Amino acid sequence: MTQSPAKKDDGTCELSLEVNGERKMVRVYPMERLLDVLRHEFNLTGTKEGCGEGECGSCSVLMDGALVNSCLVPVLQAKDAAILTIEGLAAHEPSRRMQQAFLECGGAQCGICTPGMILAAVHLLDKQAQPTLEDIREGLSGNLCRCTGYMQIFEAVLEAARRGTSA
Amino acid sequence: MRSDPSDYRLVAPGSLHAAVSLLAAEPGAWLPIAGGTDVMVQYAAGKLSARKLLSIWNLPELRQIDVLPDEIRLGAGCTYTDLRNHEVVRRELPLLASAAQWTGGIANQNRGTIGGNIVNASPAADSLPALLVYDAELILVSARGERRLPYLGFHTGYKKTQLLPDELIRAISLPRKFSNFVPYARKVGARNAQAISKVCIAALGLLAVDVAHTPRIEDVRIALGSVAPVPLRLVETEKALQGKVIDGTLLILAKQTAISEISPIDDIRSTARYRATVAGNLIVEFLARLGAARDLRVDNSKLQDGPLR
Repeated sequence: MTQSPAKKDDGTCELSLEVNGERKMVRVYPMERLLDVLRHEFNLTGTKEGCGEGECGSCSVLMDGALVNSCLVPVLQAKDAAILTIEGLAAHEPSRRMQQAFLECGGAQCGICTPGMILAAVHLLDKQAQPTLEDIREGLSGNLCRCTGYMQIFEAVLEAARRGTSA
Repeated sequence: MRSDPSDYRLVAPGSLHAAVSLLAAEPGAWLPIAGGTDVMVQYAAGKLSARKLLSIWNLPELRQIDVLPDEIRLGAGCTYTDLRNHEVVRRELPLLASAAQWTGGIANQNRGTIGGNIVNASPAADSLPALLVYDAELILVSARGERRLPYLGFHTGYKKTQLLPDELIRAISLPRKFSNFVPYARKVGARNAQAISKVCIAALGLLAVDVAHTPRIEDVRIALGSVAPVPLRLVETEKALQGKVIDGTLLILAKQTAISEISPIDDIRSTARYRATVAGNLIVEFLARLGAARDLRVDNSKLQDGPLR
C-alpha cells in the first residue's frame, strides 16, 4: 500500500494526553502505537518493546489507572487519557519501595522486563495491599522474564507489600 | 514486516449511533476495533488487511452490565476485568468469570472485550464455551435497528459468523436460570495466563432424585473449545447423559460419545490425539464431580484412554 507523502500528512491528527501528570499535545497518526509515541515523541524510553504483540508485558503502562500493554494501544484510543510510565512512578513512594525491594531481592537482572514488572506489581498492590503468592503470580502473569526465574521478583513484591504495611 | 501507521485510518466516533451510521454508509469498509488485543497483534505483524478502522473502545453504550429480573445483559464492550470483578457475574455466571480470569494476563484483561472475543471467533477462545452452556443470546445493532439471535449457531464455520457487515454486537443476554447447576470449567494449556488453550471446557449439570431415591442427571450442558472449527456444544453427549445415573458405564459412554462428536486437529499447540484424549478426560472429570456426593467409583481400567489424570 503506497500513498503519496501529501496524503500521508493529511492522515495525522493532533491530540492531547496526560503523560506522567503533564498535559501534552502531539501530532500523530491515529494508528501509531502508544508505545512508539511514548518512546519517540516524549523520549520516555523506560517503556520497553519486547514481543510487540501483547504477550510479554515489557511495554506495560497505566492508562487511566489500568495496566495495559502500550504496544496494543493505538494512540487515538489514549486521547485525553492519563498515562503513567515507569518514569512517572519514580516520584511515587509505593513505587520507590517496590524498586528498592527489586534491588534487594535480585528481582532485576538484564532489566528489560523490570519497568513492566514494577508497573504490574504497583498496579497489583494498588488493588490488593497484601497479596498472597498466588495473587502475585496472577498479577504478574502477563509479564515475562527470561533471567530471574521469577522467584526473586515474587519475593520482591511480597517484601514491598510487607514494607508498605509497616510504614 | 511491521505496518506503517500512515497507511491506516482510525476514527473514534464517540457514540454508538455515530459508529453504526458510519458502518451503514460503507458496509464492510470499516473494521471495528475495541481493546485491540487481536486487531493490534495482526497490525504489528503487518497482517491487517483492513485499512479503515473504527474505534468502539469505551463507548458508554457498550460498557454496561445490566442485571434485569430474568437476564443479565453484558455490554459487548465490557472487558474481562469488568466481568471477573462484577459480583453478580461471579455469583451467577461462574463459568464466565473463571474464563475471564484465565484469558491473557491482567493487561490484556483490562483491554480485551467479550464482544471482541465473540467476533474474533477463535475456536480456542476461553470465554465462548461458557456462553454456549449459559444459552446466551446476542443483541446485534445496526442503523436499521436491533435484532436478537441465539449465540448457538452464530459461528457458521472457522472464523465465520452471522454478523452482517453493518452490524455490531451491542450486548450479550444471559438468562438467570442456571444458579442451582453445578458448574465445571477447566483450561488445559501450556500455562493459564497468556497461553491459548489446547482444550477448554465449560459445563453445567443438575442432579435430581427419582421416585426410587436414585440421583439422575436432570439437565446437563457441555461445551468445548479448540476441538472443532467453532466453539462446540456437545449436543449428542448431552443427550446420552440425560436422565441417567452417573456410574462407571456412563462415564465410558460419555467419553466415547464426546470423542466421536468433536473434530480436533494437529496444530502448533497440540495434536488431535492429545486433544481428543483430554476432552474425554475433562468430561469424565466433570461427571465425577457432579456425582461426587455419592462416592462415585471410577474403574479407570475400563476407560479407553487410560486413567482420569
